[in-house]
Amino acid sequence: MFTDFFYQLRREGVPVSLTEWMTLMEGLNAGLAESSLSGFYYLARAVLVKSESHFDKYDLVFQNYFQGIDTPQKLLDQVAKWMENPLPARMFSEEERNRILKKLGFPDWESLKAALEERLRTQDGPHHGGNKWIGTGGTSPFGHSGFHPGGIRIGGESHGRSAVKVAAERNYREYRCDETLGVRQFEIALRRLRQFSTRLEGIKDQLDLEETIAETCKNAGRLKLVWTRSRKNTVKVIVLMDVGGSMYPYINICSQLFSAVHKSSHFQDLKFYYFHNCIYDHLYLDATNSISKSVKTEDVIRLLNSDYKAVFIGDAAMAPSELCLADGNIFWDLGNELPGITWLERLARKFSYNVWLNPVPERIWERVYGSETIKMVQDIFPMYELTLEGLDKAVKKLMVRK
Amino acid sequence: MTKQITYKGTEDYIVSPDLRNSVNISVALSRPLLIKGEPGTGKTVLAESIARSLDLNLLIWNIKSTTKAQDGLYVYDTVQRLYDSQFGERDVSDIKQYIKLGKLGEAFASPERVILLIDEIDKADLEFPNDLLWELDVMSFYIPETGETIAAKHRPVVIITSNAEKELPDAFLRRCIFHYIDFPDQTMMADIVHVHYPDLEENLLTEALKAFYWLRSINGLQKKPSTSELLDWVQALTVGGIAPDRISREIPFLGALLKKNQDFAVTLRQLHSRGSKEQARSVNRGYGW
Repeated sequence: MFTDFFYQLRREGVPVSLTEWMTLMEGLNAGLAESSLSGFYYLARAVLVKSESHFDKYDLVFQNYFQGIDTPQKLLDQVAKWMENPLPARMFSEEERNRILKKLGFPDWESLKAALEERLRTQDGPHHGGNKWIGTGGTSPFGHSGFHPGGIRIGGESHGRSAVKVAAERNYREYRCDETLGVRQFEIALRRLRQFSTRLEGIKDQLDLEETIAETCKNAGRLKLVWTRSRKNTVKVIVLMDVGGSMYPYINICSQLFSAVHKSSHFQDLKFYYFHNCIYDHLYLDATNSISKSVKTEDVIRLLNSDYKAVFIGDAAMAPSELCLADGNIFWDLGNELPGITWLERLARKFSYNVWLNPVPERIWERVYGSETIKMVQDIFPMYELTLEGLDKAVKKLMVRK
Repeated sequence: MTKQITYKGTEDYIVSPDLRNSVNISVALSRPLLIKGEPGTGKTVLAESIARSLDLNLLIWNIKSTTKAQDGLYVYDTVQRLYDSQFGERDVSDIKQYIKLGKLGEAFASPERVILLIDEIDKADLEFPNDLLWELDVMSFYIPETGETIAAKHRPVVIITSNAEKELPDAFLRRCIFHYIDFPDQTMMADIVHVHYPDLEENLLTEALKAFYWLRSINGLQKKPSTSELLDWVQALTVGGIAPDRISREIPFLGALLKKNQDFAVTLRQLHSRGSKEQARSVNRGYGW
């Protein structure tokens, strides 16, 4: 039963295992779905999906599987537009319902689906209060706040509580992990930078007091020392952040990441530098980018050990001259002998654990302003978009040498 | 067949239908129920409510960063035994008296069915949930010191809460029923506040909720106010005798809702700009840099 549903979930990236699937079957046998689709919806979600970040994918698959209707995002948005400014929900009396029921009868799924597809193709705008097109408050089979014996509710609120179209509401859209979230989520992602640090290697140089007491007592009071490995975190991080100019629209997300990094007290060392558009001879110590508070990039490269993990944050979008030419610096008074790209390459060579986080969404990297320079920077650093999922991937990348 | 027990919620705890559903699924399938959700959505209180509704005893195992899986099963008090062997009168050859059962052990050994709450499981070490897999699966464990096996007479109802501070291992998740508690919407929140303050004036509550949800909708808050903060705030409003029409305009006692400096600054700025926008609404004003 529903085996395809299982595979569709897996295809969409919801990690469902066989164990969970068997549990679901057990639940179905025990009658926990109450023989209703909405019962099945909640039962299957509770058993199969173990993270709220997958709820949205689950909703999409559920909707897809149990309606058999392809709903490309564009179409959904289009229909959502038609449904704006709805008529107030119309309450139908018992007689009215019966009259409509008699007139229309229960349509079968197939013809209803075909009809909806046809409407989606031919409807050109909002229609409310009627009996054919997708709209509100009428007796058409499609739309909401109206009545039709076997209709499909599209958006809106359920007034009759009949069809399971909860999935279409996509209440969990904001929990998706490929959307950006808050400081706390960033912190959790960063915490993984510790997970992989020394746990299995290193010498046993710390006295395990608890085990020593236990072992000594078991030994009838004769002292037995137990040693253990200290679990210090050895991760050292250098963060270089682009500020000002084209980064302005992303100031919010960058400041969230900034506070998350600073709250993560588990790094052995943390260095924070700023730059504007591209890195040249100087790195700045605060966001004002003034030369009086700066250090030489040369010195940073020379003085820090190469085991620092380097995180670059920036949109990498600039004029190609800023990246490739000597004296390309956007601050005219600060010429640079070496082009920016050389500095980036030197940093990448020195800190071999490196990533570039880009607040520009990945899907538009190829056509946004600065796509040439994004491409060039991508050749030097592994680039991820600055979302939770991107940060996760970046953290994993930071644990292995390029 | 044993009588199916169903959880229906209790008077002092407002439960959404799908949460109730999840609880019943987990009881029926005898799998642990893993509850996640924003802080302050009543994860811990849920277990108390279930215990009361089903009329079962509740055992709470609070997890701390130092908690080990072994602590939940049993602790062998070797220090006491050593002490007794040197200075005491007790018979130290009877190891049994030095074995103290942990919360999980107690739940297994209990003569009747109990509810076991494992609170904030994500506080412990990463390996912690994995260490409990076997015991939660077969509901028994072996004590090598005494050669005893503690097996559950009745499978306890296990409720586990997590604040998502750490990812839980997949193997552990596979064995759980999962439920995410949504932040309550305005109507449900009104019910919740009513449970705590039955005599609250209706328009004070409406205004307070309006301000509260507006506050939560502000972008860039580091810590959004949650239910418990709302409850404190409502009490402050009542005690302070604030007129309802002042609430959303000024948001008095903001400190009860927000706990961070930066959040204060953000909110005050928004509040200010909202106020001036309202004044300027009639005036047609152009924008420009």
